[in-house]
Amino acid sequence: MASFENAGSGAMVRKVAAAVVENRAWLSEIDGKIGDGDHGNNMAKGFGRAAERISDGDTLDAAFATVTDVLMGEIGGSMGPLYGMFFSDMADVVAGKERIDAPTFAAMLAAGAEGVMAIGEARPGDKCLLDALCPAVTAAEENAAKGFPETLVAVRKAAEDGRDATVDMIAQIGRASRLGERSRGVQDAGATSCALILVTLADAIEARLS
Amino acid sequence: MQRLFNDPDDIVDETVSGFVRAHADHVTLSPDNPRVVLAKGCGETGRVGIVTGGGSGHEPAFMGYAGERMVDAVAVGELFSSPTAKAFLEAIRAADGGAGVAVLYGNYAGDNMNVKMAARMAAKEGIEVLTVVANDDVCSAPIDERAKRRGVAGEILMWKVGGAKAATGASLTEVQATAQKAIDATRSVGVGLAPCTLPANGKPNFDIPGGKMEVGIGHHGEPGTEVADLESADAVADRMLKIVLDDHDLASGDRVCVLLSGLGATPINELYVVYDRVAKGLEEKGISVHRPFVGNYFTSLEMMGVTLTVMKLDDELEALIDAPASAPGMAVKG
Repeated sequence: MASFENAGSGAMVRKVAAAVVENRAWLSEIDGKIGDGDHGNNMAKGFGRAAERISDGDTLDAAFATVTDVLMGEIGGSMGPLYGMFFSDMADVVAGKERIDAPTFAAMLAAGAEGVMAIGEARPGDKCLLDALCPAVTAAEENAAKGFPETLVAVRKAAEDGRDATVDMIAQIGRASRLGERSRGVQDAGATSCALILVTLADAIEARLS
Repeated sequence: MQRLFNDPDDIVDETVSGFVRAHADHVTLSPDNPRVVLAKGCGETGRVGIVTGGGSGHEPAFMGYAGERMVDAVAVGELFSSPTAKAFLEAIRAADGGAGVAVLYGNYAGDNMNVKMAARMAAKEGIEVLTVVANDDVCSAPIDERAKRRGVAGEILMWKVGGAKAATGASLTEVQATAQKAIDATRSVGVGLAPCTLPANGKPNFDIPGGKMEVGIGHHGEPGTEVADLESADAVADRMLKIVLDDHDLASGDRVCVLLSGLGATPINELYVVYDRVAKGLEEKGISVHRPFVGNYFTSLEMMGVTLTVMKLDDELEALIDAPASAPGMAVKG
């Protein structure tokens, strides 16, 4: 079964960070429609700083821990603690592993989603990052036995479909939740950044499989 | 964009640095965290510490209320974004004088999470922490869902009361109970006339068309309950007062504290025009304004508009509002 080496994963996380930084303006623009328009700025600042402190040779857990440190210690907002918990609980699952296979990857994503739900009050369906993340977790769990390539294809599709589904949702959490019906018709910024992170990570893993 | 800044990523650090230099008589920067501002006298032994925090862009809130008999330590976030859990933790540590710390902050998802994490970490260090979450913004949720309402300028009156209560030597549970009573007795409403722009974005993240106003707008441009044609100052004052009074169990003979704040770009003289009508409206209803505050107390960058905050007073709240206090953002003579 295909897997990738834990050591040397820092470069993948830097690719994820670069994707977030590249999409700074877009994420803020989406956020500005029903939130306060700072999502892209804060995410780009956090991931940009984290990337400067991650070496290409870092293990996945070390690189994730660096992201968590920056998000929790220097960024704040809502996304600091939410993504901070996401990366920190994912790091716990892969810490000490020599190679990471599809079932471990699925368990890692599941732990990240549980971390997000432990710190925040949001649940899937609330029009939030969990609407991209939770379907991706389910897709990973259902396809893990088939191996990595299928798992990554399924995770990418689930994250993007989940992101797109937030357009028709009414926000139940965060600043947008006070808008009720007026929050419908706009894609959620958190689900958008989460899908971006998952898709970029999946692409980077695919390139390293052996 | 007609704004003054350098690198947008540095704007908060530079704001804090300038603020601390300008108000060195009241505050210092924490030696342990560049995003924590401390009042002189912060951490006084035996007194309950008062902590708050919130996003930048609301100056003089939040750090402008660090001062004598007000807030002891303030965690500073990015523009319109919650401070980190680490900043709240450092503020709690600095404010603790052995009698515990009351964190009095506004109801926003990020602040709720970061304060929760900070309180958990502080508890592990043996610091007792209690919280009060301000939810005075009437238009942000119906009254039967008050827990969902945002905290806005009513927070200032909560800090004033909490700081004065702590200065009496009250216990942590007493300070918490009184601060809770203060915010429970407080209602606010905002009206926006023009949007605001985060320098990093370069354009407004919401729109208020010329000739219109947004009633019930939030402190970050969260949409209000109604977009209406812009009215005269008197009509806007009447409308705001009605929203606040309809939500509040005020009756003839009641005493109130009133805080009328600009949102950043509205001329101060217009605040007095609006206040004149608000005061008359209250008078007509037999409600007496015990103490008014009018000025830019809680802004939203360069948003144009006003917020009205009304706190119903009892004897205790009146005495605590009247107690002397001195901070860069507010001074009350005894």
